[in-house]
Amino acid sequence: MAVVEAHDLHRTYRTSTGTLRRKWKDVEAVRGVSFAIEQGELFGLLGPNGAGKTTTIKMLITLLIPTKGTARVLGYDVVKDAREVRKRIGYVFGGERGVYERLSGYDNLRYFAELYGVPPREIRPRIDALLELVGLKGREQERAEGYSRGMKQRLHIARGLLHDPPVVFLDEPTIGLDPVGARELRATIASLADAGKTILLTTHYMFEADALCDRIAVINRGQIVAQGTPADLKRDVAQGTVVEVEVFGIPEGTVERVRSLSGVQSVSVEEREQAQLLLVQTRADVELTQAILGQLDGANVGRISRREPSLEDAYVTLVAEE
Amino acid sequence: MRTLRLIWVGWKFHVKSLTLSGFFIVTSVIQPIIFASLAYLLFRIGAREGTLLYVALGAGMMGIWSSTLFGSGGAIQWQRWQGTLEYCIAVPPPLLLVIVPLTLATATIGLYSLTATLVWGRLFFDVPLDVAHPVAFVVALPVTVVGLGLLGLILASTFVLYRNANALSNLLEYPVWLVTGLLVSLSLLPGWVGPISWALAPTWGVNALREAAIAGNPWPEIGMCLALGAVYLVIGHFALQHFERLAREQATLSLT
Repeated sequence: MAVVEAHDLHRTYRTSTGTLRRKWKDVEAVRGVSFAIEQGELFGLLGPNGAGKTTTIKMLITLLIPTKGTARVLGYDVVKDAREVRKRIGYVFGGERGVYERLSGYDNLRYFAELYGVPPREIRPRIDALLELVGLKGREQERAEGYSRGMKQRLHIARGLLHDPPVVFLDEPTIGLDPVGARELRATIASLADAGKTILLTTHYMFEADALCDRIAVINRGQIVAQGTPADLKRDVAQGTVVEVEVFGIPEGTVERVRSLSGVQSVSVEEREQAQLLLVQTRADVELTQAILGQLDGANVGRISRREPSLEDAYVTLVAEE
Repeated sequence: MRTLRLIWVGWKFHVKSLTLSGFFIVTSVIQPIIFASLAYLLFRIGAREGTLLYVALGAGMMGIWSSTLFGSGGAIQWQRWQGTLEYCIAVPPPLLLVIVPLTLATATIGLYSLTATLVWGRLFFDVPLDVAHPVAFVVALPVTVVGLGLLGLILASTFVLYRNANALSNLLEYPVWLVTGLLVSLSLLPGWVGPISWALAPTWGVNALREAAIAGNPWPEIGMCLALGAVYLVIGHFALQHFERLAREQATLSLT
């Protein structure tokens, strides 16, 4: 039996505009998401902002009721058996929010230990061990409002593990962290996986998913568009070649013109300090470098390179296909 | 046992959190002092019969009610803003056991108002602070706080569902001051106000404190305050269950 199962999950939000004459609109955030996570697996849910990652995770941790479909965690239904699910899961949302700012890190952990029913005698040693794990030992008596973003994020991780849950949901845990903090947090996540926890991680950092996850599902506009191991996704989706062109001031309409070239699979642009990097994924059997340069309307071009596709390219292709 | 422990730890946690909020404490003290001063002056100018302590307790209770009203609702709203509401709701215990300590804590913080009002009255208006039945007064005080805190529970439940329930708080401050007899005697108000005032714990709480302070029999009022608290607890429990479910359906637990 899978530890986490989602079957055809849907979630629609109702939003309104106007004051006197309100107009209601339904927004489908999740449209038929299904997946299963096995015991001890680190499963990544990958997608751009607004793809439905957080909505999916909130349905699984009982904070949202699905509009349609079902989900089970350790065999318990997330709607009917919400309390049983809550006892067995830990969850961490990314960002700085979610901490009682006026109180110390220790106070925060102490309160949630009580809410999660940690036996009184175990509270102190459990908190000490978690502070050690997340690197907050020695800072726990300071008010949380003085913590850096990374420290708050680590406090979240400690809070989510207080009751030693077998299943952990991590929603973009490294978002906004500096590179060193993010790397430390990834090491912590890897150690949790090594300890046998079943983990669902959402992220939009490809390298993070590639480095940590056993399997990945790519979600876009509320639907899963691909699922498999990082190697599977690279093999299945990211075939061909990636042409990278450094452009100083990319002309308007370039992306659309390049996309219309025969043999182009996806096009994206990354902003660099003084230039843009045009990334064009093409079929393996075509050579389009000159054709791409011909669409740049004489703009200044820097470095040009060709390489094998990465997981990030696979992701861009999947998202661009939709 | 675990339930009582959870309430105790939660109450301490929220009292500490609220006490560290300079803004909340200052408003809990300043506003009641202003209203108490007005009440003392009106009482003197009107050459009314009775004791200034009667007025002081009413003014102090106004502060406790305001603290409960804005604290209970405001705390839920504040938790939504700071992102802790979702973390508090997705814990295993029933939501009642998460919210009750919070509303009891806000009512407890209201004791700052009562203390400030009495000290202010003693220092600047020569209010006598002699209490006729000290034991009954000491019993009436926590019972009143609990009664108000549980009334706050019902208010708090609406904030779990609605992101903009502040309007309800603003609407309820002055009317409750009036219909519970904190400002003026209930005998001066129209008859239809009676049943409303009887259903509100502050009516019985302030009467209990006044009876204990000014040689009366406070025990029936203390009993009524407790009984109403029990009724609020039952209503609050079902309201929270219902509103939590609706909030999960309508996605109103977070700001986004």
